[in-house]
Amino acid sequence: MMLGPRDRHELLKDARRLMAPPARRLFLRRGLTLGGLALLTGCDAVNSDDAEKLLMKVSRWNDKVQAFLFDPNALAPTYPESMITRPFPFNAFYAEAEAPQVDANDFVLRVSGKVARRDGWTLEQLGALPQADQITRHICVEGWSAIGRWGGVPFATFLQRIGADLSARYVGFKCADDYFTSIDMPTALHPQTLLTLRYDGQTLPRKYGFPMKLRMPTKLGYKNPKHIVEIFVTDDYPGGYWEDQGYNWFGGS
Amino acid sequence: MSTLVAPAPEGMPGAKQAPPTIQPAWVRITHWLNVLAFLVLVTSGWRIYNASPIFAFRFPGSITLGGWLGGALLWHFAAMWLLAVNGLAYLLGNVLSGRWRRRFFPLTPRQLFGDIAAALRGRLDHDDLSHYNAVQKFAYLGAVALLVLVVLSGLAVWKPVQFALLRELMGGFDNARIVHFLAMSGLVFFVLVHVVMVAVVPRSFLLIVRGR
Repeated sequence: MMLGPRDRHELLKDARRLMAPPARRLFLRRGLTLGGLALLTGCDAVNSDDAEKLLMKVSRWNDKVQAFLFDPNALAPTYPESMITRPFPFNAFYAEAEAPQVDANDFVLRVSGKVARRDGWTLEQLGALPQADQITRHICVEGWSAIGRWGGVPFATFLQRIGADLSARYVGFKCADDYFTSIDMPTALHPQTLLTLRYDGQTLPRKYGFPMKLRMPTKLGYKNPKHIVEIFVTDDYPGGYWEDQGYNWFGGS
Repeated sequence: MSTLVAPAPEGMPGAKQAPPTIQPAWVRITHWLNVLAFLVLVTSGWRIYNASPIFAFRFPGSITLGGWLGGALLWHFAAMWLLAVNGLAYLLGNVLSGRWRRRFFPLTPRQLFGDIAAALRGRLDHDDLSHYNAVQKFAYLGAVALLVLVVLSGLAVWKPVQFALLRELMGGFDNARIVHFLAMSGLVFFVLVHVVMVAVVPRSFLLIVRGR
């Protein structure tokens, strides 16, 4: 059977989707086989589903603690150009060659949910909005960090332009690579939260999330979606690609 | 419960001569909760370290907790509450009861070096378990200091933007990770020596279980 590149892409996506849940369920089972620990905690008397539920409850509690700790006026440090990490690392749940190709000409950013104006946005229209530039540290959940320079529209400005309900709880993102995530409104309105269209002064390249990436130096890397195609405002918890597998939802730094 | 907390009042008619309680119940409870928190935090922390090693080695997966990075993070950020709340209870109990001053002080460099020399000659005895020698005082105070450091550096790694002062004290985000790792290493070393010493003086194990 001959597969075109598009078929292969779809196939890979399906495979990933099928593989995710069992891999996810492995973590506690393997954790609980740790002999000494299971003995000490009596965990072998507790089935792993209960332990997983408890850990997820604590994670939801940690979301609340982080929302409480979040200072809307506290700024992440900014750095001189000389400190930019070159080359800035590519990072995704797939290889660089698999990054989605988005056609700039017919691209329209979709807007939905609790907003007054649901019209789509072309890249040209977004480029005409007020712009800002920042050099900040990207911190990955894995522990490494890298300094990069992003430019684009302050997200608070964009949310005002679309008439977003700023009292809503979440802003959600859907991406061209089937990634999805969501953030809290206070972080969405943070002065350093940018809807970026540029990296290091150039149009945001494909490997860093063309056509746009939401950049938040107050959150870990996986909270910063790339290849955004839709933004929605909602009160219903939208979760996220990694968050649904166990990464902490707030993911603040 | 009261018999666990304090020895029977002296001179009470009819009271049996029970050996005095050397480690009160709250010390024993916080000790064992700390063991649990520490085990979970260290083994899950190793799994988190493996996701992006600072140095040129990884911990064997079989001695880590969580199965994958996301699982390890869940364990780590749950057990941190136990370590912090239990640690605060321990410190508060020590200060309020006066145990802190009674058991750990005075501690002078002279006593410390004298006791180290005695220990090296094999002449430092543990006959009186109600009293810490200078080496013990130093080691236990050092462990407490390392626990404080591991918590502070952990907070700096967790919240480098919100806890800007802590981040700067640790020398920035990347350095805070190294401080966190070194504090962990120091604590693991302490635990190894601590466990060896318990094997050498098995009666001390009963002390932290029964109190006497």
